[in-house]
Formats: sequence, C-alpha cells, structure tokens
Amino acid sequence: MPEQAQLLPGTLDLLILKAVSLGPLHGYGVLLRIGQISGQALLVEQGALYPALFRLVRQGLLKANWGASENNRRAKFYELTPQGRKRLREETEGWNRLAVAIASALSAQPVSPNAKRALALEPEEI
Amino acid sequence: MNLMARLLRRSPIDAELEEELRSHIEHRAADLERSGLSRAAAERRARIEFGGRARFEEECREARGGQFLDSLVQDVRFALRLLRKSPGFTFVAVFTLALAIGANAVVFGVLNALILRPLSVPSPATLYGIQRGGFKSVAQSYPDYLDLRDRNRTFETLSAYQLSYAGLVTRTFTTSAWIEEVTGNYFDALHIQPYLGRFFHSSDERGPNSAPYIVLPYTYWHTHFQDDRSVVGRSVLLNKHPYTILGVAPPGFKGTLLFLYPDFWVPLIDQEQVEGVDTLRDRGARTLLMMFGHLKPGVAPAQAVADLDSIGASLEKTYPKDDSYMTFSLTHPDLAGDWFGSPLKAFMSGLMLLAGLILLAACANLGSLFAARAADRSREVALRLALGSSRRRILRQLLTEALLISVAGGAAGLWASVELLHALAAWAPLATAPTFHVPIDLDPKIYAVALFASLASGLLFGIVPVRQVMRADPYQIVKSGSLGRAGRRFTVRDLLLALQISICAVLVTSSLVAVRGLVRSLNSNFGFNPRGVLLLSTDLNMAGYRGEAVSAMQKRMIDTLQAIPGVTAVGAVDRPPLYYGANTSPVFTSDAVDLKSAHAAAEPAMYRVSPGYLPAAQIALLSGRNFTWHDDRSSPPVAIVNREFARKIFGSVPRALGASFKMPAGTRIQVIGVVDDGKYGTLTEDLRPAMFLPFSQQPSSQTTLVARMRTGPAAELSPESARAIQAKLHGLDPGVPFAAETWNQELDAAALFASRMATVTLGVLGAIGALLSVTGIFGMAAYSVAKRLKELGIRLALGAQRKEVLQSALGRAVRLLAFGSAAGLLLGIAASNVLSAIVYHATPKDPLVLAGVVFAMGLLGLLATWIPAQRALSIDPLILLRED
Repeated sequence: MPEQAQLLPGTLDLLILKAVSLGPLHGYGVLLRIGQISGQALLVEQGALYPALFRLVRQGLLKANWGASENNRRAKFYELTPQGRKRLREETEGWNRLAVAIASALSAQPVSPNAKRALALEPEEI
Repeated sequence: MNLMARLLRRSPIDAELEEELRSHIEHRAADLERSGLSRAAAERRARIEFGGRARFEEECREARGGQFLDSLVQDVRFALRLLRKSPGFTFVAVFTLALAIGANAVVFGVLNALILRPLSVPSPATLYGIQRGGFKSVAQSYPDYLDLRDRNRTFETLSAYQLSYAGLVTRTFTTSAWIEEVTGNYFDALHIQPYLGRFFHSSDERGPNSAPYIVLPYTYWHTHFQDDRSVVGRSVLLNKHPYTILGVAPPGFKGTLLFLYPDFWVPLIDQEQVEGVDTLRDRGARTLLMMFGHLKPGVAPAQAVADLDSIGASLEKTYPKDDSYMTFSLTHPDLAGDWFGSPLKAFMSGLMLLAGLILLAACANLGSLFAARAADRSREVALRLALGSSRRRILRQLLTEALLISVAGGAAGLWASVELLHALAAWAPLATAPTFHVPIDLDPKIYAVALFASLASGLLFGIVPVRQVMRADPYQIVKSGSLGRAGRRFTVRDLLLALQISICAVLVTSSLVAVRGLVRSLNSNFGFNPRGVLLLSTDLNMAGYRGEAVSAMQKRMIDTLQAIPGVTAVGAVDRPPLYYGANTSPVFTSDAVDLKSAHAAAEPAMYRVSPGYLPAAQIALLSGRNFTWHDDRSSPPVAIVNREFARKIFGSVPRALGASFKMPAGTRIQVIGVVDDGKYGTLTEDLRPAMFLPFSQQPSSQTTLVARMRTGPAAELSPESARAIQAKLHGLDPGVPFAAETWNQELDAAALFASRMATVTLGVLGAIGALLSVTGIFGMAAYSVAKRLKELGIRLALGAQRKEVLQSALGRAVRLLAFGSAAGLLLGIAASNVLSAIVYHATPKDPLVLAGVVFAMGLLGLLATWIPAQRALSIDPLILLRED
C-alpha cells in the first residue's frame, strides 16, 4: 500500500463531488471511489465522510435517494445536482491554478548570494 | 408535528441517519469478511475503523442544519430529566422567578393602566387636557372656557367637565351619587356614540337649567337599572328636580377621569339645580372645571398652546380683575392634570424601577445558583466534551435548562399577577368615594411584558456559567475531579451576590422609610383631634334647601345632636380638613384697591363653620374669641385665622387680633381670634395660612356635622351610638341623605390613602427583596460549606478552633453581606427622596430607619447563614475522612 497523505482542509468536499460525478454512490462507495481514483494515496476517515455528505446535501450540491446496493443492502445513494456539477468545475479550476502557483513557487532557484541573503533574511555581517 | 409527541420519541430523521451509518458499517464488514476475517471479527473491525459514531451522528445533525427543533426537543427532554432529579433547586428557582416576574407584571399592569394606556375613546392620540399657568392648574372658569372654546382655531372643539355630588331619586331607589357635570358638546367632542337612547348636545343648552337630562354609564345602568332598556325617557328626581334619562354610554367608556368612574353625567348648564350655586357667569370662579379637546388634524401641540396663549393674553387685557396667569400647557386628559399626574408618574416609574431591580436581583440569585450547579456538573460536562460533544451543544443545553425554568417561573408569576390585578380592578378602596377605582384592564401588553421578562431573565442567568464551561479543560477535570480554583479571590458569583444584596438593601431601606413615614403621619399633629369624633356629611341642596332655610336647618341639626346623651360637643363645617384637599380663596390686605387675584396677599384654606366647630374639633384657640350665633348677617363680618395666616398677613399673632383683611368681593373682614396651625389640604404640605368664617355670614349648603362623643378607653365609637345619631337626624328630615363615619375612618380613606398604598406596595417589594437575599446568601453559604466540607474536616482534625472554621467557611458570605448592605443603604437613602413627595414625613435621615435597615440586613444574614453554619460546625472529621 502506498504511503497515505492527510487531506488538506477543504479538499474533502471537492473529492466527494468528484467521486460522485462519476456515477451515483452510497457513502461507503464514495470512500472506495476516492481510494480508487487517488491510487489509495488519500486517506478519508470513515465517520468524517458523513457530516461532509450532509453538508453538501444541505448546500444543494448533492441529492440523496434510498436504493439497493450491489449486494442487495439498503443504502442511501448520492448524486450530483446541476449546481453540484457547476461547483465541481469551478473548484477543479481553482485547485489547478493553486497547484500550479504553489509548484512554481516551490521550484524557484536562488539567483545570487545577495538575493539568497535577502531571502534568508540573515543579518548582514559587518 | 406535535411537540409533546416529539419529546417522547425519536424522530424518523434520526432513525434514517442511524440506518445509513449502520449500512456503511455493514458494507465495510462484508468487504473485510471477503478478505478473510471471521464474521464477528469483521464487524468489530468495521466499527472500530468507523470511529466515534455518536460524535459523527452529532456532527451530521449539525451539518444537516434546519433541524433546530429536533435538537431543541432533545435538549428540553434532557433538561426536564435533570430538573426532575433536583426538585428542590427547581422549586426555588421557579418560585424566585415567579415572585419577581409576578411583581413586574402587577406593577406594569398598574403603570400601563394609569399612564401608558390612552383613554378608551376614538383616536386618543390627539386628545389633550388643558392646564393653566406655570402652576399647572386644571381649574378654569366657565366664561373663560366659553371664550377659549369659541375663539381657538386649533381644536376641533373644547369640552369641559367637573365633579359633583347629587341626590338621585328613582321609582325604586334613593341614593346620592358622584357625577360629572359636563358641557353640552362633551360626548360629541369625544366622538362617542350612545349604546342606548341618545346623548345631549350643545344644541340642548339654552340657558341655566335648560337641559334636565341624565346620561348613564353602562355599568351604572347594569347595576342600578338591571339592564332595563325602557329607562330611556324615564323621569327621575335629581336633587328634587325632575330629570329625564336620555341614554346609556357604551360599555368601555367610564368618563374622562381614569380613577373615578362617575355614576352619571348631567349638563353643566344645570349647575344651579345640581349644586345649588351658579358660577357659570363668574369669570373669577375657578372651580375644578377641567377642559379637554381633540386637536384638529395636522395641528401640532405647540401650535395649539400658542393659539390658547394668544387668547389668554387678550382675556387678561379685557378682564384684568379676574384673569391672570392665562398661559396654557397641554397634558394627559385623564389624570386631572400634572399636579396629580406627575407625582403619580414619578411614583409608578420608581416602582417599576424597583420591580426591575427585583427581577435583576432574582437573575443574579439564579445566575449564581446556576454557576454553582454548573461547577458541580463540571465532571459531567467534561465527560461529555471528552466523548465528543461540542461546547456549543453543551451551552445550548444549559441555556435550554435556564429558559425552561424562566418560562415556568414566568407562567406562574403571570398567573398570580393576573389574579391580583383582577382583584385590584374590582376593588373600591375609598368608602367615601365608591366610584374611585384602580382602572385596570388586562391588556395583552401585560402578557407580552411577562413573556419578555421571563425570556430575558432566562438568558441573563443562563449566560452566567458560560465562561466556566468554555474554559473547562476536560482532561484536567476528569483527572482531578474538580476545578482547583479555591484560591481565587473574587468570582462572578461573588459580584452577583453583592449586587443582589445591595438591591435588596435598597428595597428594605425604602420600605422602612415609607413605613416609618406612615407611622409618623398617623401620630402627627393635624391641628385637630380626630379621635372619638363622628362625621355626618350631607349637602342640604340635595334635599332642596335654599337660602335662609339652609342655616336654619344646620342649626336644628346641631341642636338635635347636642341633645343626644354621650355627645359632648357638636359643630359643623362645610368641608372637613384633609378631605381630598381644601377650599381656598384669595385674600387681600385691608388697604388693597386692585382686587385682582395676581395681587392677592395670600391664598389661605377657607373653612365655613358653625360656632361649635372649633371646640368640637378641638382646634386650639391661641388668642381672641370663638364665633357665637350672634355673628350673623346683621353684625360686622368676622373671621378666625391660623397662626401662619396671622404671621404672613399681619406679621404676628397680637397684631392680627382686631386687624382686618379683604375678600375678593371687597368685603372687609375683621380677625377676632387666632388658632393653632394644622394640616388642611394634604399631609405632606408645608405650613399654610387658613381662615375660618361663620356659616351665618358665609352660608354653604355643604355640611359636615362634627360630633365629639364621650368615649371609653378604646377611644372608638360604638356602632349603636352612631346608628342612634343617624336615626335622630333621619327623624328631622328623611329627605336628607347622610354619610356617617368616624373622623379616623375618613382620614384613612382620604388623607392617608396615598401614603398607605405607597407603604403597602413598598413593603411587599421589600419583603420580596428580603426573601431573595435570604435565598441568595443561603445558597452561597451552603454551597461554599458543601464544597469545602473535606478541607474543613481536615482542619478540625488537625486541631483548628470551631470559630476559625466558621470564619473561613462563612467569612466571604458575611463580608459580601456587609458590603452589599452598605452600598444598598446609601442608594436607598438617595432613592427615598422621591418618596417624601408621597409619604408624609418620609425621611431616610432617621436613626431608627438606619438602625432598622442594619438590623434587618443583619437578621437576614443570620437567618441565611444559620443552617450552613450549623452544618460546618457539626462536621465530624472522622466520618468525613473515611468517606473517600
């Protein structure tokens, strides 16, 4: 199993929207789908999923219906609303922009010793 | 959904949430089982992986939102369970609040009825009473009224009324009645329509005694005519003159004075028949004719005042002898002007303030109780926090508990106050004036105020423990068992308790000041001796006596009484002193030429008396002589004055004797005697001049016979002798109605009523305040002893003296008591200055009052700390240390 990363705050909602955008899922299914699409790299605490699901339903981004799961158990299925689809698009773009910006900031190289000193904010020696 | 049903079972939404989480765990368990675990192990593992299910359920409920009612229901259920577990605490809290909120509702009910609520007539907002001069007199003369009515351009019309007293004879009963004499346009000016028959109008006024009509109020019609619709058009006798009942006023309308419901209305134009005198053409005669009217649409009060003032100025120029101080101001139409209304307003507002303070004290009391309770529950709270409950949820639960108590207390208090207000509304406190009422209607506003007060106080005392909960660190508390804050010098609870004690001390101080003032006024020198005296009042005009017949009848009545065994002295006076004020008349120095009221030397109280009055009332004659029956029309006019009159007009008593002064009509009157000063209008008045004139020179049909009786040691009159006297008078002329009572009874009703009411009210508020401080101190002391029981036990075991233990257990409570009492005493002294306007002799600068307050607060403290002290003293260290 690859090393698992903690979720950044605020990213759980985005992941749920993404997972559900690929087809209606029940809660446990959302969990499996996130693991699947992240290559088991992202860890979602099982119980913490549900408050997030309820929050998204309340915001009108998801809607929920009871149905039967693949092994014939009763389960509540979530799917995206048009509003949720729009939000997913916006958040994805926003995330990509942020990721590019962070990546480019982190790959910056020092230009000169002076600049390095200024960046490190070391007091100048007399 | 029904709230009660929700309280009792879980909601379907909660069941759904539970099912969803269970479904998740089952799916996970199935997966784990497929990977090779046993069924039991898989299920267990799935549950562990899921984490704290209760916490997530809670978070889901919050995330879902909109389920406020659900969690509210949960909170209420939980709070009810907790409160049921500590019935003592619940009872004390609910009872405290019921007292405080009940007191507020009652005071507000009276305040609302007297001051806030307008008269129940159409469009009351534009209805104003009119008062004259800087001294704000509501009394006008009829000719002035006519000029103001006809010349103003800012009022729709002006109407006027005055109170009077008349005898009524119908087919079925004979009675005397309080009536309002009103101008013809009275009902039209108020925009009122009759309930039955018709009203009289301006067009009915065609000169003196031209409109012999009566209009009945609904209640009088109901009680005296049994709702008989055929009364309209019936003829009755008013002071022996035939009058016709025209109609009945609508049920809500009880006249234009809030506290006095007239028995019926008659046109003022008939004044001569009703009162026996006619002052309608006398511009200087300012009887209590009160004026009011609706402003025209769009006219501001200031415009109306300017309008009236300009008419007044021109009247002053035209009638310099009669008219002065003709400036005007507007006031409430229904409180008889500012002289009465202002002190009433001040007192009622003061009372409302005190009631508010009581509520505040109750909140402080409950706040500290709640804080103590929250501290005791810190373990429970910590446990809930550790198990994943949110702080917000715990706070909401605490608040729910507080609100439940406050709503229960509010409901109980409201119920009690509604009962009390009903009783007040039905109460006729003055035997001599049965039409006097406390005008209370149960207004929805009272309910709103009670609801608001209970919610606000619930929030107020519920918030006290918030800081405590927010700061609580679950790990520390669960570990060590309690909040280790014994070393703190000063807590919010202490502050609340000190605040509460000082509020109570304010209440105790003001009620003691009032009680002491009342006791003093009961024993003060009135200038006459009311003990053992029977008063018989009548107006001979009611029985048809006119002119010379009045004096003759008065003399016969006096002679008749004198012949009765047991009667030691008899006199007659037109209106006894301290009978709802006094008659006055301006007087002038004997050389005054310009007899304009603005130039008067003084305006003394005026009493018309028979020669026997001074001895019968035991008014001390300082020098000169008393009247005799020979001081009559054929002899020069004479007067007896009081010491203040002599000092003010003549400089001294010896100089007054034999000197003379002038009446407004120009008559010169010689002073033949000087009597001691006394009280004339009210008990609270300063020294004021007074004069006595003989009936035979200044006749009056208004007569009060003053009969001094030989009394036993009880100094009270036997009912038999009073009945015997009435029978004798009845034999003289059965047509003369008499009201009989002892002078003390009459004073009780008329002069002492206001201070008695003030004293009773303040006494009740003081008692509530005292009760609150006892429970407050008790709660605090008991709590501090209970908290430190173990520590105290150890100290006792190590050899500490009982006194020291007591000191450390109760020292704080006692210090707070002392500090709070001192602060409250000072505040109370400041507040009592308002009281002195109502209660005669009310002064806080009285060692007895100060000592009384200190004693009372000390007693309260002793009472409240007694049980906790006993408990601290009876600690058995052995048992205590064995316990854990």
